Amino acid sequence: MIELTQVTKTFGTNHVLRGINLTIPSGTSMVVIGGSGTGKSVLLKSILGLVIPDGGTITLDGQDVTKTDRDAFLARFGMLFQGGALFDSLKVWENVAFRLMRGPAKRPKAEAREIAIEKLRRVGLKPATADMFPAELSGGMQKRVGLARAIAAEPEIIFFDEPTTGLDPIMSGVINELIREIVREMGATAMTITHDMSSVRAIADNVAMLHDGLIRWTGPVAEMDASPDPYLQQFIHGRADGPIESVR
Amino acid sequence: MTATGVLAGLGRSVLGPLAALGRIVLYAIATLTAALRRPFYMREFLTALLQVGWLSLPVVGLTSIFTGGALALQIYSGGQRFSAEAVVPQIVAIGMVRELGPVLVGLMIAARVTSSIAAEIATMKVTEQIDALVTLSTNPLKYLTVPRVLAGFITVPLLVGVGDVIGVMGGFLVSTEQLGFNRASYIKNTVDFLTRPDITSSLIKGAVFGFIATLIGCYYGMNSGRGAMGVGSATKNAVAAASILILAANFVLTSVMFGS
Repeated sequence: MIELTQVTKTFGTNHVLRGINLTIPSGTSMVVIGGSGTGKSVLLKSILGLVIPDGGTITLDGQDVTKTDRDAFLARFGMLFQGGALFDSLKVWENVAFRLMRGPAKRPKAEAREIAIEKLRRVGLKPATADMFPAELSGGMQKRVGLARAIAAEPEIIFFDEPTTGLDPIMSGVINELIREIVREMGATAMTITHDMSSVRAIADNVAMLHDGLIRWTGPVAEMDASPDPYLQQFIHGRADGPIESVR
Repeated sequence: MTATGVLAGLGRSVLGPLAALGRIVLYAIATLTAALRRPFYMREFLTALLQVGWLSLPVVGLTSIFTGGALALQIYSGGQRFSAEAVVPQIVAIGMVRELGPVLVGLMIAARVTSSIAAEIATMKVTEQIDALVTLSTNPLKYLTVPRVLAGFITVPLLVGVGDVIGVMGGFLVSTEQLGFNRASYIKNTVDFLTRPDITSSLIKGAVFGFIATLIGCYYGMNSGRGAMGVGSATKNAVAAASILILAANFVLTSVMFGS
């Protein structure tokens, strides 16, 4: 279980997170929604330690993440970055097998390659893709490779940062379905940040809405549409009129 | 503007560069510390050797041969004023080996390698590849900086050695083909005149310049701002800082090795 308590983060005069309280139970899929620039990525990166919060605590299974062994902590995570964040200089299979070829769980090269090809197949890519470079792939294929890399070491927790941004609706649907299937079959805890409502409905068990540095609403995805919260209703229906200023 | 405003501006202009230098020194210490700890990324190191060393040979060779030739012409023409044309081989040799060889190679490496490292790492930062490395339990300092800095430290002295030889060859070609020097006596004068400390100082300068050029490229890349502008800025600042630091280090090293 991941638990955030009163997490704050400020950049200069911009108070991005003003005291976030959020719980993500093990084995569930939490989707954090919110407008652009509301601090969704900062929230996700704070959990991973890529951004250091100014205040509050973040715990994983009851242990403060800042006080645990960093390598062991990160070994439990997989992450799909918004732009894929694939390493240009490495072949696709080397990207997927990156963690498998380094560190304490290092595998022989041939075995790591086999696992990489299997993971590529799992996300719908042909084995021939393995020997290509990321720059030779389309945006959708790069996202799939990023997904294959995120699941290669079979992590307990997977983070997805805007998984469908920049993709056409069909490819978005494919990625959403893949994420849902993979999270279910691995029994992983998932946290996704997005403002794509089709992703929310496809991926989420629970939803949290981030607005003005605070969690405005959180609950099961099935209860989202019935919520009377005007901020949530404006966001999920994409209305220009409402309490959320359209010009920020 | 008030007197305090002027003082504040003066303070900022002094403290800013000093703070930047301090951050670079801390980064250098962190890099050296990381270099002593496992893991060591051999593949990245070999790639860096190729990029920094082998692929810099053409630019180093061309720069050195033209500089050696021009130096011979300058010394010959200047030496004529006090009937000292005969010292061309000795001055070309000492000028190239002690000073021009290491400095020109250092500046060429700053232009070619520092810019390339800064742009590559800055792009990696902008596209979240550095964050991805962290989430994959890989220390970016060990994976990106240590192999490049080590490659610079090892290969740039070798490049300086090659540059020295080619520069002296440039002087030899111009002197023998254009200025009428005897080939055998030119070579003899060059070899007899150079001492071991001349060559050692050249290689030491190369190692220091290689360390500076690669470290600065990595530092500015890792600390790049966002977007294309951030990458451009990191690259520009890296080349400027590396060039200045190389020239400053050259002065310090020359003072230490030959000042007395």
